[in-house]
This record gives sequence, structure tokens and C-alpha cells, in this order.
Amino acid sequence: MKNPLDSIWGTIIAGVILTVILYYVARNFLVGTA
Amino acid sequence: MPIDMFIDRWLHVVVGIVWIGLLYYFNFVQAVALPKAKADNTAAGITKHVAPLALLWFRWAALVTWITGAYYLERAGIGIGNAFLLKGAAAPIGIGAWLGTIMLFNVWVLIWPNQKKVLGIVPADDAAKAKAARIAFLASRTNTMLSLPMLFFMVAGPHGLPRIGM
Repeated sequence: MKNPLDSIWGTIIAGVILTVILYYVARNFLVGTA
Repeated sequence: MPIDMFIDRWLHVVVGIVWIGLLYYFNFVQAVALPKAKADNTAAGITKHVAPLALLWFRWAALVTWITGAYYLERAGIGIGNAFLLKGAAAPIGIGAWLGTIMLFNVWVLIWPNQKKVLGIVPADDAAKAKAARIAFLASRTNTMLSLPMLFFMVAGPHGLPRIGM
């Protein structure tokens, strides 16, 4: 499997996906963040 | 807001722009242009004159960004400990602080020492240079990836997280 970080768009898409994951973790599992 | 906090936050944003701006320059411009420059024997202009100067501003801006951010967390009463432990309302800025700290580590421990080998600032044979170039490249790309959620949570810090679909 190709490393997504080898391409600029792969890097950006990975960053956006990570942002969404961390957003939902913060919203649902961390107190007082809403 | 007290003047020292205001100036600190202002400086944090300015040096943060220097840091992340140069990170994006390395990833979106230099990494794309360098192979083409090597192909027509004009890479020396970049590797001898541009990259060392860009790396100088890059690594020190990273450190000052972190220090001014830590100062603000304490001065604003949020607390570095509360941020890094993701406690309560400090959690969003804490996630940003964690990501920024990982990025600072990458700059000083992975990118800069390996770039010194790549640029010939410290001696290295061709195999060591190739390995160093790969490590520095992946660390730089990792930081570019992490910069997106880092900036999201930094922006969210004073205003809370946006409500989406609820």
C-alpha cells in the first residue's frame, strides 16, 4: 500500500480525516468541550 | 486583557505563521521544485542558499511558537497541566497543544538533524544522506498532516468547538 504522505493530496486528506476523528473524540469523550 | 498576554498571543500567531508558512513552503513548493531543479542542475541555489536559511527561521519559529503558547496557557489561567491532561474546557486547546508539541519534537529531533546531513552541514555518505532525506521528508509531511487538526483546535480554543449536526 502506498504511503499517503508521499503525495500532497494524500497528506491533506489524511489531515482532514484526523481532524474529523479528533473533533468527534473531543465532542463525545472529553468533558465540557461542547 | 493585560498587555503582556495580548503581546504574547500576537507574537504566538506571528511566529506560528512563520513556522507553518515555511512548513507549507517546504512541502508544497520546495519538495516539488527540487527534483526538477536537480534534473537541470540548478538545485544548488536551493540547497546552498534557500533551504539553510528557511530551516533557520523554521526551527526557531517553532520553538518560539511553543514557548509563547505555553506562556499564554499559564497566564490565561487555563494551565499547561490542564491542557495536556485534556481537562474540561481546556481539552480543545489541549489537543492543539499536544499536536503542536509533537510537531516541535519532529522539527528539532527528526527534521533538523537529518536535514543537516542532507544539506552537507554535517558529513554523511550517500546512503546516510538518502536515509536522512526520507526521514526528514516523512517527518515534514507528518507535520503538514498534523497542522490541520492543530490549527482547528487552536482556532477552537477561545470559542469552543463548533456544533455540527446536533
